[in-house]
Amino acid sequence: MSDGTIPSKIETKDLNFYYGPARALKNVNIACAANRVTAIIGPSGCGKSTFIRTLNRMNDVIPGTRTEGSILLDGKNIHDPDVDVVELRRRVGMVFQKPNPFPKTIFDNIAYGLRINGLRDRRKLEEVVEKSLRGSALWNEVEDRLDENAFSLSGGQQQRLCIARALAVEPEVILFDEPCSAIDPIATAKIEDLIQTLKRSYTVVIVTHNMQQAARVSDYTAFMMLGELIEYDRTDKIFTAPAQKLTEDYITGRFG
Amino acid sequence: MKQAIQKKVAQFLGFFALRVCFYLVLAVLLLFLYDIGRKGGGAISWEFLTQAPRKGMTQGGIFPAIFGTFLVTLITAILAVPLGMCAAIYLNEYASQGRLTRLIRLSIRNLSGVPSIVYGLFGVILFVNIMHFGTSVLSAGLTLGLMTLPWTITASEEALKTVPNSYRDGALALGATKWQSIRTNVLPYAVPGMLTGTVLGLARAAGETAPILFTGAAFFLPYLPKSLGDQFMALPYHLYIMATQHHQIEQVRPIAYGTALVLIVLVLGMNMTAVVIRFRLRRKRR
Repeated sequence: MSDGTIPSKIETKDLNFYYGPARALKNVNIACAANRVTAIIGPSGCGKSTFIRTLNRMNDVIPGTRTEGSILLDGKNIHDPDVDVVELRRRVGMVFQKPNPFPKTIFDNIAYGLRINGLRDRRKLEEVVEKSLRGSALWNEVEDRLDENAFSLSGGQQQRLCIARALAVEPEVILFDEPCSAIDPIATAKIEDLIQTLKRSYTVVIVTHNMQQAARVSDYTAFMMLGELIEYDRTDKIFTAPAQKLTEDYITGRFG
Repeated sequence: MKQAIQKKVAQFLGFFALRVCFYLVLAVLLLFLYDIGRKGGGAISWEFLTQAPRKGMTQGGIFPAIFGTFLVTLITAILAVPLGMCAAIYLNEYASQGRLTRLIRLSIRNLSGVPSIVYGLFGVILFVNIMHFGTSVLSAGLTLGLMTLPWTITASEEALKTVPNSYRDGALALGATKWQSIRTNVLPYAVPGMLTGTVLGLARAAGETAPILFTGAAFFLPYLPKSLGDQFMALPYHLYIMATQHHQIEQVRPIAYGTALVLIVLVLGMNMTAVVIRFRLRRKRR
């Protein structure tokens, strides 16, 4: 953002979001730089999950909600009538808070996104499954048990499976909605390492309520509170010299 | 210390009461099955299962009734299963969850509580009179189908509700259309439950008398129904006749018990099928 050298991949302009009459996002302007990790932090209920779910229009499935303002992916508003939401979600992948493997084999989980897009060629599927599992650093642990049910994996492995599943459809942006909140510290460390690797090929947006995690993995950090964007800057700046008093109070643990 | 003992005693009494209730229910069921089995078992023979009644229904078998029950249940299934499942999918997955949908859902729940004789009379008016299907196996099957629909819809909807939303969202987030997410990531996990509920509903329909009484079931027919427009004999109605309407009631008592046994075995068999389907499909998914 502020260095002005890196183009933004996805950005919101005066984004407002409503659950019925309740306004959950208030004029949020965030530009996420391409091939960088942008972290969204803030206390519970600040709208960070709502924000990230607007980026691939996953909020559309919740009845009674409304979006105002624009969200630009490569400069194109994703709410334009000619934008196909199905294609948008293929380009903007998502990893959820709780690992959500499908009750299928490991192989079928990864192949799911390809199959619904019509890919049937077994050889090609195998190729992508291996590539995706390598991409999520899970291949070595599962290469000889691809036909086992994904539920047989540990929580951390399941989450990396979900990352691999998202990678398989070759998205451009990957959204992480508190990906480590339901898994143990060692598995968390693996996923954080993975996120560092992923930014070489993808634009990453991660919501986290763990400030240390934001400091470790992200290049830019946005601090939100009560649906408003309080401060958005380079991560080192946010954590060493925040411009806003509220941000400082939050990162020093005075509230949360 | 005293409190700890009290808690244990309370727990013991609680479990004891629950256990007594369970064994009581089981005992009633077993006693019932035993009685029917003992009195009806003697009547069962190959001839009884494959022959038509003879000599004013005092001899012979009950094959036409077995056949009729199968046929009418098949028609019931053809109407109630696909329609019920589709309606459930629409209600649970597509319909906006507003007041109208809630009202529709409530009405469906209420319809499953309507007495079967009301369905029977409704069937007479709609299928026999208005639609001119006559008193026939078709009218009876459609009436039973209507009666079963609320059950299949409700059971199917409950089965759909047990599929976590994370399966739906996960599929959508990968670029699936809504229908793709339902077809590939919801239905496969809901179908065992849907089938179970549906088969249970059909088993209940197979044992009903009131809905078929005026719509197509016959007291006695010397032949099997040849088309959907024919009348038919059915096990529950045959049982009713043998138990209460026959002029030589004492003499045909074994036949009545035999009929009851066959009907019960049929219904239990269908219920067991539901259990097996569920078990098989579940194991395949794990």
